[in-house]
Amino acid sequence: MNFEFSEEQQMLRDQARGFLAQHCPPSAVRTALDSDAPFDAELWRKVADMGWMATVIPEEYGGLGLSYYELAVIAEEMGRAVAPIPFSSSVYLASEALLQFGTEALRERWLPKLAEGSVIGTFAFAEGIGRPCADTITATFSGGSLSGTKLPVPDGDIADLVIVVAKDAASQAMCLYAVDCAQSGVRRDELQTLDFSRSHATLHFDNVQAEPLQADGETTIAALLDRAAVLFGWEQIGLADAALEQAREYAMQRYAFGRQIGSYQAIKHKLAAVYAKNSLARSNGYYGAWALQEKSSDLTLAAATVRVAGIQASLFATQENIQTHGGMGFTWEFDCQFYYRRARLLASVVGSEAMWQDRLVGELDRSSAAVA
Amino acid sequence: MDFNDTQDEARFRAEAAAWLADNVPQGEEIAGLTRLEFARLWQKRKYDAGWACIGWEPKFGGRGATPIEQVIWDQEESKYDVPSRFFMIGQGMAAPTMMMWASAEDQARYLPPLASGEEIWCQLFSEPASGSDLAALRTRAERDGDAWVINGQKIWTSGAHYSDFGILVVRTDPSVPKHKGLTYFFLDMRSPGVEIRPIKQLTGESEFNEVYFTDVRIPDSQRLGEVGQGWHVALSTLMNERAAIGEGGFSVGVDMAVRIAQRVMLNGRPAIEDSAVRAKIANFHVQETGLKFAGYRSLTAMSRGEMPGPENSIAKLIGAPKLQQLSSFCMDLMEMAGVIWDPELSLEAGAVQMAYMGAPGLRIAGGTDEILANIVAERVLGLPQEPRMDKGIPFTEVPTG
Repeated sequence: MNFEFSEEQQMLRDQARGFLAQHCPPSAVRTALDSDAPFDAELWRKVADMGWMATVIPEEYGGLGLSYYELAVIAEEMGRAVAPIPFSSSVYLASEALLQFGTEALRERWLPKLAEGSVIGTFAFAEGIGRPCADTITATFSGGSLSGTKLPVPDGDIADLVIVVAKDAASQAMCLYAVDCAQSGVRRDELQTLDFSRSHATLHFDNVQAEPLQADGETTIAALLDRAAVLFGWEQIGLADAALEQAREYAMQRYAFGRQIGSYQAIKHKLAAVYAKNSLARSNGYYGAWALQEKSSDLTLAAATVRVAGIQASLFATQENIQTHGGMGFTWEFDCQFYYRRARLLASVVGSEAMWQDRLVGELDRSSAAVA
Repeated sequence: MDFNDTQDEARFRAEAAAWLADNVPQGEEIAGLTRLEFARLWQKRKYDAGWACIGWEPKFGGRGATPIEQVIWDQEESKYDVPSRFFMIGQGMAAPTMMMWASAEDQARYLPPLASGEEIWCQLFSEPASGSDLAALRTRAERDGDAWVINGQKIWTSGAHYSDFGILVVRTDPSVPKHKGLTYFFLDMRSPGVEIRPIKQLTGESEFNEVYFTDVRIPDSQRLGEVGQGWHVALSTLMNERAAIGEGGFSVGVDMAVRIAQRVMLNGRPAIEDSAVRAKIANFHVQETGLKFAGYRSLTAMSRGEMPGPENSIAKLIGAPKLQQLSSFCMDLMEMAGVIWDPELSLEAGAVQMAYMGAPGLRIAGGTDEILANIVAERVLGLPQEPRMDKGIPFTEVPTG
């Protein structure tokens, strides 16, 4: 047993942190927040040059063939930097869907381009308010074509490829379909969300050509969400740590009643509580990364655990970061808002805390019943 | 990263499991024994077979096992209901302190019987006027030739009534600032002038004691560290303490909550199907596994020769309130019958009620939640200390009340 990333993986983390500190400083996030551009295209190209989109894609599809430990480390740094690029949509969702469940033809067609970042992929599941499930999904696949409306779709306005959850008209089962967005039947409406640094869209599909991924629908969707949950969890871990670090620095600099506010127990205990939650998320993240890499039978439980822990840590850290800053933290001018927005966005993508709590306890219930 | 055993680790685990299966005392062998007698029987058996304190060097009674092997052993041993808490202070706190500060002769004399359970140790730190502010302790030690004469009072001393030896911090110089006037000793609890009075806790048990010292003589050879260096030595004990206590050996965890929620009905369905119940169980699970894996990570750090650091303070900072909340939640699952504390009638033989009643002590012992939060804030995050009224002034001039 060994409960630490390897030296090479830790070096990669340092390298990623340094790279993003240089190419994605807070000023770049602010530019993305203020501008109408859907994402930081220059940063996307630079990250592609680093090969990060290609991390776990096998060499036969133009990838680097590295492990999920490397990807977890990169995800952590993406979260820390609040990177305004479609990395999670393209890598944790679209690429993963094809890698794990795509047909050979789909993989050959899309993975090399996803790996080099020349194509942006995403995943379209929700159809408006409420938890999507077989009863609520109306997007339908029939006779090779797909129709329906999806919202919100992260990076839906810029994606070249969308993995869509739709019902197979014949079986009425939810399945995954690959849709090339360069078709006239795909219409996109830009969507305003609370995180202006990441773009979203409503996607309308009007009898567009779609190719099914593997047939076994619901378990495939759940498995894809599990995998993505671990990686989103690592983004949340990085984000939560960045917010804690910012709060800590401010608490050291800001004086009230003649001394640093960080010397008051009210602030100390708050930040200790943030640290404790972050630490729980990180430790659960280790197990999640291992379960993902080793294809553990425990993956669903491990993923749900890191997801719940990541949501809780990142929301708490970003909320208390603003609180520690007082009024300045509530201004547009201060950077606290980056973390606050992104944490709330990440808490909703691939399912809410309640959804993952439910999934987590479903696993505990099942394994406990199996023992009894 | 690898959460699975290597081949060597799997072999070690199999060996440990096989030995445990053949040797854990049960049935008639333990009939009529007190928990302490059972604990001594088990500890000695482990010691004789080389399974006690396995991480210690062989010359101290261990087998020089790695931290990972220690975890494997703990995992296997925890599958059995065997007592261990009587030795926690001695083996978990006194022993590491002795290994760091005692002479080779004293290590050879005292560590093996600590490992075998033949001698039990207690910790004499807290006083009525020095709890969280431990360095404000007042028990005096005055030099008299080759010995020191101790007068004063300690409190909250777990197991003093069955302990053979104790580790002790006392004030040797009240004329200097408080941290600088302390010195650390170990002593024979049967020394003349030591008087032990039990304290009845809110659980009804009497695990704690007051310990009074009246002209108790301790040879200078039983001093650990230099005169005036007691605080420094005490910190090395406390760091091990927080790593050792964690959730305090209570068996109430998420698995028990799941069992109860599966069994108890809520609105005509098993409670575990209720979404509010699920949300709470999930949150406890996040804490439980998070602490478990954080502990594993610190083991990997220790395997590389690092000391347990202040990061380990979260084990108790999270673990103790979690025990309190989880046991309260389990009682809520039982609805009105949750209050019944009767081994015959309660679910899980009353373990839930026992945990709830014990939890307040756990949140205080070995550093309160508040002190641990300060440690995390100051020593992990590097935040400044609060201004202290007693800083830099002689102990005798510190305001008291």
